[in-house]
Amino acid sequence: MPVFNQSRQNVVRVIFLVSFVVLTLRLLFLQLASSKYDLLALDNAVSKKIVYPDRGIIFDRKGRSILENTQTYDLMVMPTQLKGLDTLGICNILGIDLPAFRERIIGAIIKNGRYRPSVFESSLPIETFVKLQENIFRFEPGFFLQERPIRSYPYKAAAHILGYVGEVDSNILKRTNYFYQMGDYMGLTGLERYYEPVLMGQRGVRYQIKDNKNRIVGSYEKGKYDSIAIAGRNLRTSIDIDVQVLAERLLKNKLGAIVAIEPQTGGIIAMASGPTYDPNLLTGSLRKLNSSWMLRDTARPLFNRAIKGQYPPGSTIKPAGALIALDEGVISPDFGIGCGGAYLGCRRPIKCTHNTAGHAGNLRVALANSCNSYFSHIYRLAVDNPRLSGTVNGYLKWKQYMNSFGLGVKLGVDLPSEDKGLIVDTSFYNKLYNRSWNSCTNVFLGIGQGEMQATPLQMANMMCIIANKGFYYTPHIVKSIDGQTAADTILNRYKVRHNVTNIPGDIYEIVQLGMQDVIESGTGRVARIEGISVAGKTGTAENYGLIYGKREKLKDHSWFVCFAPRENPKIAVAVIVENAGFGATWAGPMAGLIMEKFLKDTLSALRWKEVERIEQTEIILPIVKTKRARLDSLRQQRIRKLQMRATAHRSNGPGPGRNIPLKIAFNKEATINHHEEQFI
Amino acid sequence: MKNNSFDISKGVDWAVVVVYVLLVITGIASIFATTYRDESWVTGFLSLQTDYSRQLLYFAICAVLAVFILLTDSKFFTATSNIFYAIGIILLLLVFPFHTDVKGTKSIIRFSGFQLQPAELCKIFVNLALAKYLSSANLKFNQLKSQLIAAAIVLVPAVLTILQSETGLALVYFSFFLVMYREGLPSFILVIGFSVAVLVILTLLIDQNILAILLTVSAALFIYASRRQIKRSKSILTYTIMIWAVCVGIQRFAVPYFFNNVLKPYQVQRIYATVGKDFQVDTENMSEEDIKKMEDKKKAGNYNVKQSKIAIGSGGFWGKGLMKGTQTRYDFVPEQRTDFIFCTIGEGFGFFGSIVLLGLYLFLLFRIVRIAERQRSTFSRAYAYGVASVFFFHVFINIGMTIGIVPVIGIPLPFMSYGGTALITFTVLLFILIRLDADRQMILR
Repeated sequence: MPVFNQSRQNVVRVIFLVSFVVLTLRLLFLQLASSKYDLLALDNAVSKKIVYPDRGIIFDRKGRSILENTQTYDLMVMPTQLKGLDTLGICNILGIDLPAFRERIIGAIIKNGRYRPSVFESSLPIETFVKLQENIFRFEPGFFLQERPIRSYPYKAAAHILGYVGEVDSNILKRTNYFYQMGDYMGLTGLERYYEPVLMGQRGVRYQIKDNKNRIVGSYEKGKYDSIAIAGRNLRTSIDIDVQVLAERLLKNKLGAIVAIEPQTGGIIAMASGPTYDPNLLTGSLRKLNSSWMLRDTARPLFNRAIKGQYPPGSTIKPAGALIALDEGVISPDFGIGCGGAYLGCRRPIKCTHNTAGHAGNLRVALANSCNSYFSHIYRLAVDNPRLSGTVNGYLKWKQYMNSFGLGVKLGVDLPSEDKGLIVDTSFYNKLYNRSWNSCTNVFLGIGQGEMQATPLQMANMMCIIANKGFYYTPHIVKSIDGQTAADTILNRYKVRHNVTNIPGDIYEIVQLGMQDVIESGTGRVARIEGISVAGKTGTAENYGLIYGKREKLKDHSWFVCFAPRENPKIAVAVIVENAGFGATWAGPMAGLIMEKFLKDTLSALRWKEVERIEQTEIILPIVKTKRARLDSLRQQRIRKLQMRATAHRSNGPGPGRNIPLKIAFNKEATINHHEEQFI
Repeated sequence: MKNNSFDISKGVDWAVVVVYVLLVITGIASIFATTYRDESWVTGFLSLQTDYSRQLLYFAICAVLAVFILLTDSKFFTATSNIFYAIGIILLLLVFPFHTDVKGTKSIIRFSGFQLQPAELCKIFVNLALAKYLSSANLKFNQLKSQLIAAAIVLVPAVLTILQSETGLALVYFSFFLVMYREGLPSFILVIGFSVAVLVILTLLIDQNILAILLTVSAALFIYASRRQIKRSKSILTYTIMIWAVCVGIQRFAVPYFFNNVLKPYQVQRIYATVGKDFQVDTENMSEEDIKKMEDKKKAGNYNVKQSKIAIGSGGFWGKGLMKGTQTRYDFVPEQRTDFIFCTIGEGFGFFGSIVLLGLYLFLLFRIVRIAERQRSTFSRAYAYGVASVFFFHVFINIGMTIGIVPVIGIPLPFMSYGGTALITFTVLLFILIRLDADRQMILR
């Protein structure tokens, strides 16, 4: 009986076979054809943890650290382990109430999940940290403290030079071709930015396996792919932090800049820009809080006027004019003119502050007296040099000189976003005057006015050239890198000596002596230093600004450039105070104090009184003050509102109200700037 | 009874035994790979606290049971099959008053730390009873009455199992229709079953109305194409229209009714999830708690399959190596010791390992079919086909589920999944077959 239906065994076999083929095909697709599951699996189970190296430390010329790393502490929370916790206790320490506590826990869970720690409060203030550290055992393991390195500026100075770090944004990610990753910090300004590759060190990566609840369970492949973090290298700078602090004090309540350079090396001793700020305000979580309103401040505290402020140099350009005329051979040091109080060589008379006979009798005297007529005249002589066939060529030659002095071009200092000032091309005049112009058209250039702008750094560098008698090294801040090798080419450019004139030393001497006369008997007497011969030049630069859309003449900028000692120059200084009037009034004394502090390493009590006097004087245009006051009051209003809300909280909750982050207290020092900028 | 001193190994199909041992050991290794943490090996295997050590113990119990079965006279099984069937049904009924709730199932009886799942065990008894019935001397299996009795033998425990919320286990009983087919169930029933399956899948994939239109159009085309034959005999037209009506009826009314009223919402969602669709359950009449439960089940189901696909998919061709699978080592796949044990092979040994494992199973199935066909007695043959069908159903559904071509149905992978009852059930099923086969020269009625 059983033999019938025997053929059906094959049907059963076929059903089995076909089903298994279906399974095989599906496996083929899953395991071989599609690579997305590999990535999903890695994403599931392997976490890549970046190990951040310590950033390099920056030292001043005497080996004092001016930018270093410190620890801050974050209070972390592990939401799964909060059961039976003394919630009220932690609320009291942090000064928050229970609803706020709950809100933050929920926020943490939403952000990071239950099984991973989240930041409950970041960058704990020191008092809170101390209290927490004593009591943390009561809250563990739900809460724990985690240290986090941040940058700290022990002298609270040199903000513009040192710069700050910040978290990278998507633009930077793209620009660096994803060298950085989300959550990385990088230098955003100043040395932090310029020397980022040196300072950052090398990130380490640790691959870790996590389980289905995102808990780390061990290292991936026994650390085969891991790399260790290598700390960033330290920088040795030529900054003298004492001089830097003094310069910043002098610029308090003023807009302006001070640059001091060591002429023999080009090393920058101090570089201050007013108004400045405490760089510690832009570290860690404070940066978000403070940078936004700093950016809006009319005084522009984040703006480094030493390399980005472009001002008409005024009379401080005269020594350069003299050098050009001498190098071209159109005058000799004995060349003199008679000036009766104005230059009449062109249609419009150019006023001169002196009218006594013989105040422009030779180069030295003319320099000492800052005779406008004399320098207008020699400018025209240089441009109309018969050897150069025509004003255009003459002007081009003049411009070439200026550029080789580092004016109108970027010097190449080791800071990002330096500006180049302004020395216009002939095409500018061709366009403006329809090609019919001559040396009279731009004769103002001879006295540093008109189509000419220079940064304080460029003017300080100009002083270096005169101090060195014809050469300079590109100004720079960093002297050396710790553990420097041949591969570090970043500093090579600062070892190159730039020769700019062929004037013999004894003729330079005459220019220098003229400038020494300025200090000893001329306009710059305020910058005299006991026992040291100083050579300098004052400048009072006319300038204009757009005020409510109207171009108006503003109060003159106060310039002072100098170097000392004249015989063996150790320091060259350029000072500008915006809208402060005569160069001798404010810039001069400031330059004197800077030089004295650097050369003598100390100031007498009398001189400190002078520092105090300058520090307390406020020199700010009224328009800028009004604008700033308005912005300030808006901010005060907002802060008041926050405070009120906090007080309301306090009256409801058990603990003292939450500290509103009012760490924006530096506005007292902050002031405003403008140069030919719009105030609307 | 004739001679109790016979050689136990005489007539045993060693190939099947070897494959069986290979599969069980692979299973224990897989459980070890997924659950081994940092405990010492000795305590790990001896303490019986770990899953792999317990599975090893179950294997030992199975070995003893297998020896006992091989020592039993094969007539014992034919003689007692009806009694066992009755015991099985009683056990299934006993579950209702005495069950313990474990993970939402109501199918487990627990006494003094020992768990028993009658629905699992019952497979053996049903298989024996069906074989017994199909081998009755005066059976005419081409008669509707005997077909219905055979169906009843299978479906009674199935229904009882469904009532215990173990739909997956109940579905296994449908695999016995393959046995009936081999023993003479008319082919058209298989064809109809297959057609209905296709129709149901189409219903899931295609919009209701479009499918109705498609069915109507194809029916119309068929009538037009065979208009000459229809002229001769009207019955073709009648049949066509009837088939069309039944098809449309199934896809428009039967399937939605079945989904909405018979299946639980989470089951419907799992079915839809397999074809990559989201099923909106009508939540109007549900309590909030039920809705939440349903959502949880849906999430869990989707998550399981997703993680399981990731684990298997990331295995590549050669796999990551035993114990190196990141997904299976760190609990990304839920239930990976039991229902999702295949992931461990898929991730650890890749496509190659998976194919080898599938090959082992296919070899086992073909071997059993071959054994079945060499039996002289209908009982042995029917029983062998029953074993093959049950194994086939488990393997196909389980592996299909882990790679996302079959809805999530919680049934174990034979010999590999962690669990004492399942391992013992499959072992007993197989060794009774081996015992019967060893005595194939005897004619057992």
